[in-house]
Amino acid sequence: MNILNIDSSDLARRMRAQALQMVHRAKASHIGSALSICDIVAVLYAKTLKLDPRDPTAPGRDRFILSKGHACVAVYAALAETGFFPREDLLNYGQDHSVLMNHISHKVAGVEFSTGSLGHGLPFGTGKSLAAKRLKQDWRTVVLLSDGELGEGSNWEAMMFAAHHELDNLVAIVDYNKLQSLTTVDKTLRVEPLADKARAFGWAVREVDGHDHAALQSLLSQVPWETGKPSFLIAHTTKGKGVGFMENSVEWHYKSPSADQLALALGELNHA
Amino acid sequence: MRNAFIEELVTLARQHPQIALIVGDLGYSVIEPFADEFPDRFINAGVAEQNMTGLAAGMASEGYHVFTYSIANFPTFRCAEQIRNDVAYHKLPVTVVSVGGGLAYGALGYSHHAVQDYALMRTLPNMLIAAPGDPMEVRACMRYLVEHPGPSYLRLGKAGEPNFHDAPPEIAPGRWLRIRDGKEKFVLLSTGACLQIAMEWSMTTEHANRAVYSVPLWSMADKAAQAENLRAREHVITIEDHLHDGGFGSWLLEAKALYQEHDCIVHSVALTPEVCGTVGSQSTLNKLGGL
Repeated sequence: MNILNIDSSDLARRMRAQALQMVHRAKASHIGSALSICDIVAVLYAKTLKLDPRDPTAPGRDRFILSKGHACVAVYAALAETGFFPREDLLNYGQDHSVLMNHISHKVAGVEFSTGSLGHGLPFGTGKSLAAKRLKQDWRTVVLLSDGELGEGSNWEAMMFAAHHELDNLVAIVDYNKLQSLTTVDKTLRVEPLADKARAFGWAVREVDGHDHAALQSLLSQVPWETGKPSFLIAHTTKGKGVGFMENSVEWHYKSPSADQLALALGELNHA
Repeated sequence: MRNAFIEELVTLARQHPQIALIVGDLGYSVIEPFADEFPDRFINAGVAEQNMTGLAAGMASEGYHVFTYSIANFPTFRCAEQIRNDVAYHKLPVTVVSVGGGLAYGALGYSHHAVQDYALMRTLPNMLIAAPGDPMEVRACMRYLVEHPGPSYLRLGKAGEPNFHDAPPEIAPGRWLRIRDGKEKFVLLSTGACLQIAMEWSMTTEHANRAVYSVPLWSMADKAAQAENLRAREHVITIEDHLHDGGFGSWLLEAKALYQEHDCIVHSVALTPEVCGTVGSQSTLNKLGGL
């Protein structure tokens, strides 16, 4: 049970604003990737994950793993906005000696696992799910991956394993914004037909608009969708979502907004 | 060593319910006693070492001490980044076990020659290398690793290695373990299964009267303490079935250079690259490589 049960749309808006400011201050990258997942992460933290910000390591919590660690500002913002640590700590993002490094860090309260190299989150999460099964625990593991990340073979090893061991306490969400580092996923290393692939690997598969909070909440609160099968949610998203000039643009995988661009972006969020 | 490993693991698992074993589809006629007695703590991950290691880290983060088991380079280089990021960086209790360290799989070829594994493991902060010299040291290492859970690498030979101890010895990271008495200022110092070679050398005229020591546990963190060991010696010959580059002898030479112990001469005997790609028995290849 999520003890917060707060307005996920409001949380997502606050997360986007924090993420933009963090990336601007630190002159960091990956804002497009972070904006892409804000709605998914907001629904998880506001509605569907079993968690308690006052007790980040409570044994019965759900485990959330951000495998696309470069989008960490979205999760740092969610954690700060839900009370895992003070909002002021976000000012340290990317600064010397800060625990808030530019790829997600387990040294931050509420973060289970550090990533940054792609293809690590799902095998690790699979291990957590297997442990939960063997220890007869009822918490779940949710892993959020990028679409380009699916090029890493380790994900497909984990998918075979999780299905073979019937880990229906494991949820993989793919942030399917269809853009990766240099161009589209389709032009780089095609993942389609993704739903068929996941189904063929033995997972229960659903597709959703990754910015539709009600649909996300509905699906994520009903896992497992099929007993004995891990759940694979393909979330169709827009890279840079919420800031018009950043949407669907490869350059915002890298660029950091200037002061003027930040003001423009925050203005757009406030009038959304 | 394989048999000592599985016997000890079964014994330890009876006392420690957190011990689990994940194999990478290898271990036929070795791992069955564990799999039979602890089916809920045994997993065959299949031929998928990256997942095996990530999986082990995930289980370890939930309280297990996981032993991953495979041969030669499969549990190490194939999943090196999972060991680096998931296990070592997170300081999780995962022991990576490789059977066939050095050239034990002689004729199986370069893919099966583990002659760069120390180089990989000793550059990882938090990682402890366990390279026992005989089956008794295997047991001692395993007891130590279970009592001090953390990221570790257990390098085993294969089977049939002689014992040089009557019982599992007392060991500690970086500590030299005396195997044969001799002149304390002139030492043969080995790590791993080539302790047997060090003992054979100590019987030769050239190396007669040298004391023989084994170093079954060592790591980046233990390098500084080697200055003290070197201070009492005049000439130390290190022996290892690993390439010179990044190996045990290099570790000791770095310690000597970094901590200014210039009075003791350290001579490193390790494998030359000629062994890479050459087919032959373990003893043939070891001789070709300079051991």
